[in-house]
Amino acid sequence: MSATTATAHGHAAHAEHHDVGFVRHYIFSTDHKMIARQFLFMGLAMLILGGLLALMVRWQLAWPETPVPGMSVFLPETGGILEPSTYNMAFTMHATIMIFFVVMPILAGAFGNFCIPLMIGARDMAFPFLNMLSFWVAAVAAVIMLAGFFVDGGHAAAGWTSYAPLSAVPQYTGTNWGQNLWCISLFVLGVSSMMGSINYITTIINMRAPGMKLFRMPLVVWALFITAILLLLALPVLTSAVAMLLFDRWLGTSWFKPAGGGEPLLWQHLFWYFGHPEVYILILPAMGIASEILPVFARKPIFGYHAMAFSMIAIAFLSWIVYGHHMFVSGMSPALGMAFTVTTMIIAVPSAIKTFNWLGTLWGGRIQFKLPMLWALAFVWMFVIGGLSGIFMASTPVDIYIQDTYFIVAHIHYVVFGGSIMGAFAGIYFWFPKMFGRMLNTALGHVHFWLTFVFFNVTFFPMHIIGVGGQMRRIYNPLQYEFLQHQQHWNVIMTVGAICLGLAQIVFFVNFFWSLFAGKKAPQNPWNSNTLEWAAATPPPHGNWGSTLPTVYRGPYEYSSPESRDDFLPQTQPAPARAGAARH
Amino acid sequence: MLNWWLPENVSTFGQDIDWLFHLIYWITGITFILVTVAFLAFLAIYRDRPGRRARYTHGSTPLEIVWTVVPALILVVLTFLSVPAWSKIKMTQPPTDFVVEMTAKQFNFQFVYPGPDGKFGTPDDKTFLDEVHVPVGKPIRLNLKAQDVIHSLFVPQLRFKQDAVPGREIASWFEVTKPGKYEVPCAELCGFGHSGMRAWLYAHSAEDYARWAAENLKAEAAPATQQASAGEAGAGETTRAAGPAPAAKGASNR
Repeated sequence: MSATTATAHGHAAHAEHHDVGFVRHYIFSTDHKMIARQFLFMGLAMLILGGLLALMVRWQLAWPETPVPGMSVFLPETGGILEPSTYNMAFTMHATIMIFFVVMPILAGAFGNFCIPLMIGARDMAFPFLNMLSFWVAAVAAVIMLAGFFVDGGHAAAGWTSYAPLSAVPQYTGTNWGQNLWCISLFVLGVSSMMGSINYITTIINMRAPGMKLFRMPLVVWALFITAILLLLALPVLTSAVAMLLFDRWLGTSWFKPAGGGEPLLWQHLFWYFGHPEVYILILPAMGIASEILPVFARKPIFGYHAMAFSMIAIAFLSWIVYGHHMFVSGMSPALGMAFTVTTMIIAVPSAIKTFNWLGTLWGGRIQFKLPMLWALAFVWMFVIGGLSGIFMASTPVDIYIQDTYFIVAHIHYVVFGGSIMGAFAGIYFWFPKMFGRMLNTALGHVHFWLTFVFFNVTFFPMHIIGVGGQMRRIYNPLQYEFLQHQQHWNVIMTVGAICLGLAQIVFFVNFFWSLFAGKKAPQNPWNSNTLEWAAATPPPHGNWGSTLPTVYRGPYEYSSPESRDDFLPQTQPAPARAGAARH
Repeated sequence: MLNWWLPENVSTFGQDIDWLFHLIYWITGITFILVTVAFLAFLAIYRDRPGRRARYTHGSTPLEIVWTVVPALILVVLTFLSVPAWSKIKMTQPPTDFVVEMTAKQFNFQFVYPGPDGKFGTPDDKTFLDEVHVPVGKPIRLNLKAQDVIHSLFVPQLRFKQDAVPGREIASWFEVTKPGKYEVPCAELCGFGHSGMRAWLYAHSAEDYARWAAENLKAEAAPATQQASAGEAGAGETTRAAGPAPAAKGASNR
């Protein structure tokens, strides 16, 4: 512990005394804030790719087997028409990229790196070199994943869940190296994630500033702490599973191939044992971000701080024993399915507690509708829909019908887009001033928000309807089925919505890059927020705090406290402004 | 609103599923409306106005208890209501003498009737491609197998879905209540021909079924008849042509 602190101090001194040069500053940086920015840029770049893949899928579903605009360049032999195998590749890679290379890098990678040291008052992560390595290993994983698009036979096409034996035998999908690279990339990403999560956990346990008790930590730090624990324990299961899958493909083992005595359901057990905690890895940081932003713009303490922290801890424990709800009709013992129903119903309770506490935070507030707040409010509202639709699946008999339909697709997009991505946007609009020292443009921000919010719902809400109508997920052409003909107009509406949703993101990227260079200079604390990161300079220097670490005197959400004339009371302020004179 | 979109139900256990679906639909729908009304009301009432300070409170233990216990109770009740239907559909098999075997492969469902001797694996077994005929008002036992990858037999109007897993034989059952021709898509991604992998379920009245069985399940029924009747199912024909040689087609696509 003392050694790591010394290292961190050493870095601070190092940075103050002489410049580290371009490469050490921008590329192989050990500064947590630069690594955060690197993760953010990686995530945003991959967001474009993941989004374009989704639009290809949507185009095919609305106007099956017509040329996708612009795709004739990539698919000259079909004139831009997606073939079934290309279509399977598109949705497989859409999900893989969005989950592993957009949401995880942005929420856990970028916000984890940026927020944790700044908000607990540390100078850097516990292991800055490991932190740098974590990003660069993730970058290698991304390159390997992207390489899969260029190999013979195309990229992986067995779904992001890669159910064996479909994924275990090249002949079944016709993809060989695509699936191999998919496995290798996720293996490498697992290594990166392990380095990152160990770092986060160690930093939060050991490197909090004086006075920063565990229950004075901002909720986003709690969320990232719990996320790191889940990452540490869940990702290795996936890492092992993809290694086993690769052995089945390469070395002739039969973990998942029944012909050699293997068990296809073993893959599903391993995958979902990782996969369900993964869902919470994707949503917990966004919950943390919303819990951070709502009090600031309601000018009010978070409602039920302890309930919020404990409900996240409860989610983390329960997330290990609910995974079987992905497998109700898989052939797993139905008695086991019943047990998973019970745990799945229980895990809805902490999410309900969080939602009610967010509502409680708004109650009696003085709500300022600034951009980060709009996103956080949208997050809460959309998460309610995503959470409630989950209850349908928790009930095993209902799940028999809606399993593998678009109802599931609607649910996951309300949680991962309406939840995680909206949470990520909330975080970007909130911390951009501290991260880059400039403000984002407000007018463009409003255009981006409202277009995204409206077209998100146009795109994803009808999926509930066609899912209840029976449309299966992952089908190439709904018009091949008689019972789906009557609802095809919804597919057209959703695709138009998705295209508009995609176009709306152009506004964001323009705003982001324009503001990066030409935005208004940000003040130190533009939102009058209490937490420690706003006490640091803008943007914070390497080492964050100058010569002395900040001291923490109170919890993070003392807004509109009677002790203070202002409506906020920073964690670092020794004594309230009014009582201050007497105490000094 | 959402429930208007459910296809007509024609199975005995389907009504249990639909009842639970509607129950959850109303519970979640009302919850959503209440939360939304509170949410929007708070945004309107507590919007930033000059001269007003936010209420300084850190929470309320009684409220925390209420909104922990009430959702928990609702969910416990839902769990208990789900158990009987689940147990009936997936954990028990009603007694029946009507057994059909289904083997799924890329990209067909193959249904096997035991033939006149009532036993599987004998020369008089009758095999039908992408087509299964059953009588209404009788529990049908369906044993699911898969040859290559995981498939899932889905009959939307029967609210029936069960994965077929290679290396396993999974027993399932259903009972149709209304004669008709029902679509049977594959619901689990099984390769490039997944979309369009589909069979038809013909539910006949008892007399019609007897007539069909007399024509098609007799020992002397020629294989040609089966081929013809499989062909009548029709629409799946184009995708089926791709079925037998998956690897070759997958490779040529790229």
